[in-house]
Amino acid sequence: MSIMRIENVSKSFGKTIALKNVSLTLEPDKIYGLLGRNGAGKTTLINIITNKIFGDDGRVTIDEENAAENDHAQSKIYCMTEKNVHPWVMKVKNGFRWALEFHPDFDIEYAFTLADKFELDTDKKIKDLSSGYSSIFKLILTMSSGAPILIFDEPVLGLDAAHRELFYRELIASYSENPRTIVIATHLIDEVAEILEQVIILDNGEVALAEPVEDILQLAYTVSGDAESVDKFASGKKIIREETIGKFKAATVFQKRDDEDKSRILELGIEITPARLQEVFISLTSSQGGKNK
Amino acid sequence: MQLKMDGEKPIFLQFAEELEEDILKGIFEEESQIPSTTEVAVKFKINPATANRGVNLLVDEGIVYKKRGIGMFVATGAREKIISKRRKTFYDNYVLPLIKESNNLKLGKSEILNMIEKWCDK
Repeated sequence: MSIMRIENVSKSFGKTIALKNVSLTLEPDKIYGLLGRNGAGKTTLINIITNKIFGDDGRVTIDEENAAENDHAQSKIYCMTEKNVHPWVMKVKNGFRWALEFHPDFDIEYAFTLADKFELDTDKKIKDLSSGYSSIFKLILTMSSGAPILIFDEPVLGLDAAHRELFYRELIASYSENPRTIVIATHLIDEVAEILEQVIILDNGEVALAEPVEDILQLAYTVSGDAESVDKFASGKKIIREETIGKFKAATVFQKRDDEDKSRILELGIEITPARLQEVFISLTSSQGGKNK
Repeated sequence: MQLKMDGEKPIFLQFAEELEEDILKGIFEEESQIPSTTEVAVKFKINPATANRGVNLLVDEGIVYKKRGIGMFVATGAREKIISKRRKTFYDNYVLPLIKESNNLKLGKSEILNMIEKWCDK
């Protein structure tokens, strides 16, 4: 059980600001979704957390210990990265044994069980794995690592539908039996929406939203119908997305609904539908023109 | 048991209602064990906390109960409780929408009553 705090972390690459004053607390044993569009800063943040690069400002702590250049703190995190850290000529099964050398809590039995379920040939050399199986190998290493904080960066990239399904189910099963903090950075929001407990949305290097999924879904809803009535209802409210087709209009509201709102909706005869996480995400991150504004 | 991931209703609530439905249908009999939250979470690919929250709703109402170290069981009298609970919301959930739609379709009181009587006579 570990708690991670990210405090005012900023990072620039030359003139490009990758992270701007990011502050987050990752509570123990929850499943977090780290969402953001391409270039939003997800990977930069993960790289700072895992001590691959240094932030310009701010700090990351794990159980109140500084995470930068601190092997003890870093041993509590296992991050599934795109890059392979294993010697390429090594066989998969030796890769598992190798992992045990570096991570004393590595559950080698579980790793072989998972390899079996994914039909990963453990006698194959790591370099000979297909791109899908190469991802699966890294998934298995992460899931078996025994670390209290697991970070997955685009975990299902290159996996077929059946393997993606298997991954999600295995992740839930192992989390349920053995809770720990899980961070999933992904673009496939619909696939993970129900698995997440908390959502962090990064937009242009800043935290656009960090809330429990349930709270987000309670705040967000779409009203639609006759444009005039929708406008009447929406005026003065926080609108995150609008769409007009002729006289029809849909507006996504991001604000708590009270009883007055409910009766107004009935009175105006407009439709109300709950918003999906993916819609909220798109609404909050689809800035027109983006960085050149 | 099926859960709809369309956002229409929170998943934990759907799960609680589906469990009730299955108890009502006798799929889960009184004093029999219901699936664990892990099984449910894995099957529907949902967060275990969500499944837990759904079950806890039923625990609070005395419909299911926890046997320490073993799992969750359907309480004796659970069906009766579910039936009386659903009777209370029958008017709002079923009769009101029926009246609303019959108004849309300009169906009169006697026509609706005829339909209901026809069904009762079956």
